[in-house]
Amino acid sequence: MKRIHLYVLAGLLAAIGCGFFLYKLFALGFPLKPEERTDVWRVEVQLQFEAQGGPAKASLFVPRRTGGLIVVDQSFVSPGYGVTTELQPGQGVRAVYSISAAQGPQSLYYRAVIQGSRIVDEDSRDAMPELKPPQLEGAQQAAAEAIIGSVKRQSSDAATLASLVVKRLKDARADDEASFLLGPQPTSRRLVKVAVQLIQLAGVPARMVNGIALVPERRDAQFVRWLEFFGGGRWRTLHVTETARETPQQFLAWWRGDEPFIEVAGGKGLRHNISTSRSYELATQVALKRQRVLEKKLIEFSLFGLPLQTQALFRTLLVIPIGILLLVILRNVVGIKTFGTFMPVLIALAFRQTGLLWGVAFFSVIVALGLGVRFYLEHLKLLLVPRLASVVIVVILILAALTVLSYRLGFERGLSVGLFPIVILTMTIERMTIVWEERGAVEALQQAAGSIVVGALCHLVMSQRFVEHLFFVFPELLLLVLTATLLLGRYSGYRLVELRRFRVLAR
Amino acid sequence: MMEWLNIARRLRRKGVLGINGRNAHYLLPYNRRDRYPLVDDKVLTKQLAEKAGVAVPQLYGVIEIHRQVRRLPRMLSKHWDFVVKPARGSQGDGIVVVTGRSRNLYRTADGNFYDDNELGFHVTNILSGIYSLGGQQDVALIEYRVNFDPIFEAITYRGVPDVRIIVFLGVPVMAMVRLPTRLSGGKANLHQGAIGTGVDMATGRTLTAVSGNSIVAEHPDTGNPVSGVQIPHWDTLLELGARSYELTGLGYQGIDIVLDRDKGPLILELNARPGLAIQIANQAGLRQRLEAVERERAGLLTLADRIAFARERFAHKAR
Repeated sequence: MKRIHLYVLAGLLAAIGCGFFLYKLFALGFPLKPEERTDVWRVEVQLQFEAQGGPAKASLFVPRRTGGLIVVDQSFVSPGYGVTTELQPGQGVRAVYSISAAQGPQSLYYRAVIQGSRIVDEDSRDAMPELKPPQLEGAQQAAAEAIIGSVKRQSSDAATLASLVVKRLKDARADDEASFLLGPQPTSRRLVKVAVQLIQLAGVPARMVNGIALVPERRDAQFVRWLEFFGGGRWRTLHVTETARETPQQFLAWWRGDEPFIEVAGGKGLRHNISTSRSYELATQVALKRQRVLEKKLIEFSLFGLPLQTQALFRTLLVIPIGILLLVILRNVVGIKTFGTFMPVLIALAFRQTGLLWGVAFFSVIVALGLGVRFYLEHLKLLLVPRLASVVIVVILILAALTVLSYRLGFERGLSVGLFPIVILTMTIERMTIVWEERGAVEALQQAAGSIVVGALCHLVMSQRFVEHLFFVFPELLLLVLTATLLLGRYSGYRLVELRRFRVLAR
Repeated sequence: MMEWLNIARRLRRKGVLGINGRNAHYLLPYNRRDRYPLVDDKVLTKQLAEKAGVAVPQLYGVIEIHRQVRRLPRMLSKHWDFVVKPARGSQGDGIVVVTGRSRNLYRTADGNFYDDNELGFHVTNILSGIYSLGGQQDVALIEYRVNFDPIFEAITYRGVPDVRIIVFLGVPVMAMVRLPTRLSGGKANLHQGAIGTGVDMATGRTLTAVSGNSIVAEHPDTGNPVSGVQIPHWDTLLELGARSYELTGLGYQGIDIVLDRDKGPLILELNARPGLAIQIANQAGLRQRLEAVERERAGLLTLADRIAFARERFAHKAR
């Protein structure tokens, strides 16, 4: 009777779990495999100047969607200032901060969230502008025409022309036409500017692009320049440095042309600072934003509707059941002895922060040292609670010492050990001492080894990215885990270790 | 892999009970949760047994709170030998057997000497709950030390040997004698290295013995053969076992009995989760015996019926 009840319940749970899973997988198109995480960049511009007392106005260029990068979100932080943005064709978007009266130091901020997109956007850029032949003086005009003449003979289209011009300028030797045009000790900005003039002169529309390299955690990012030319009906990008050519997706175009980045009226002592930082977000997140209304409701009431920080917590929480299922199997079907019922899973959680090898090493060292202290405290004949408290304090001291030591030795990993469950470690030490004294060292070491092995196995399963992704995107799979656990609750067969234990009876 | 499956099949055919099987088929259905405290707390067990007129070792005193630890030396002064044990201890943990004194020291069964402070500290640990099942607060019992019947002297290394009987629905189904060894530190606990010999349920004669998980013929310390020893008062033992069902109401339990030289069989403790090594000692599985009782429980009403059933059905069959 109870059996049928259990099987019906298990079947029901499994059916609900599978149903939701399949619906989300096929109807809603949730990804089964973890996708590549897309980079999300945060860019911040800090603008400072000294206001003169009268009206003040600061205008700066802000980035737009170009190529493989999208501005997902932007904000203007400017106490008391009005902010307007205006599109300047051929150059970009300018944001204008204005105030009727300002005095003293002013700080304005612009923040943007930039995300890579797999769909490279080519259309949103400006259409071909009219060609404005550059104004050059006599000698420069002659030198420019000499270079253009030779390049034109070697090139077949706009693309080869542009790259030949850049190559020519980069390979400039002293006293040739190229170095005459560039002037003494040319900056890359100068090089791009001359290249744009030359390409324009050859009859191909071209312009300078000002942008920044998206680098993790950069405090003081500097603008770099590259150029764009119009060929084959659209604008094409040409980087002038080797590294930029290899990773063009790392460069965020900010504005185009030769205009200054910031202009300020009614202030002096202008300073600016650009910082970039990187964070990760699952590509699923991006895909979610494109769902239809009904599906959107479903998603709002799923884990994806939670704030990012809470989501991160659930990423960890949702893999615990799979670790627990493994623990149940290892304890009830295999028969491994461990300290405490769920302690190995807690150890496995701690391993997430430290990594497996470091985790095992730290666990062993801390428990061994703690055990030594505990045996010493035995002589002092302390009461239970103060004794446990003393062990906790000593464990924390050992943890601190080990962390400092490993940091000094250059092992960064040691730093993340702080989240090791200290109280759990202490209880382990206490339990281990009792087992050691009552049942001998062999039994104690066996149980300690069992705990570590089970913890490590749980960690290996729980840290799989695929597992983490699967349970976060499809939390209903936990119903299947619950089903398996319920069914294991009625497993009354032998444990593997019992086969060994009762071996003599099988003869 | 194949070999393991083979072992599993042969064990099943022989009716060997595993921990999962014991828990799922016998403990969960037959042992009511609210009855566990009766056997988990030895003070309660003792009171219960005394009320039912079942012989137990005499209780000298109970220490319930830390303040009383100071009174310990005065409490003990009247007794030359005694046993200190936690009321909620499991598997024999935390038991200290004092066999006598030497000047102002207590001599224990495993050959150590404790002074008043050390014994007090041990009692303090017991009160803190170190040895108790869930780590809860506990109390310490001080009771009569059993002078064991010399019948087992040749096959015992210090300590007190006892007889463990598995009782299912009031029918004694399997028994074993647990003999302390040097390894077990004088304790009659198989986990700690004591050896256990099977018992013929019909006659009360010992069979082969198990040490660890393997079968032995002689006591490892004394070298004397362990089989063929007649347990005295076997009838009384069977009766004590059968009556323990009415005492606690637990369907499946283990009952530990000691044989005192002067006082005869005394119930030492009851166990709601008795171990399974008894099967190795008897070289027989529990499953068939338990199923036989389950099948015929309707006809087993009186104490005499149940004892007769055990003697008849669970007699040792020589191979």
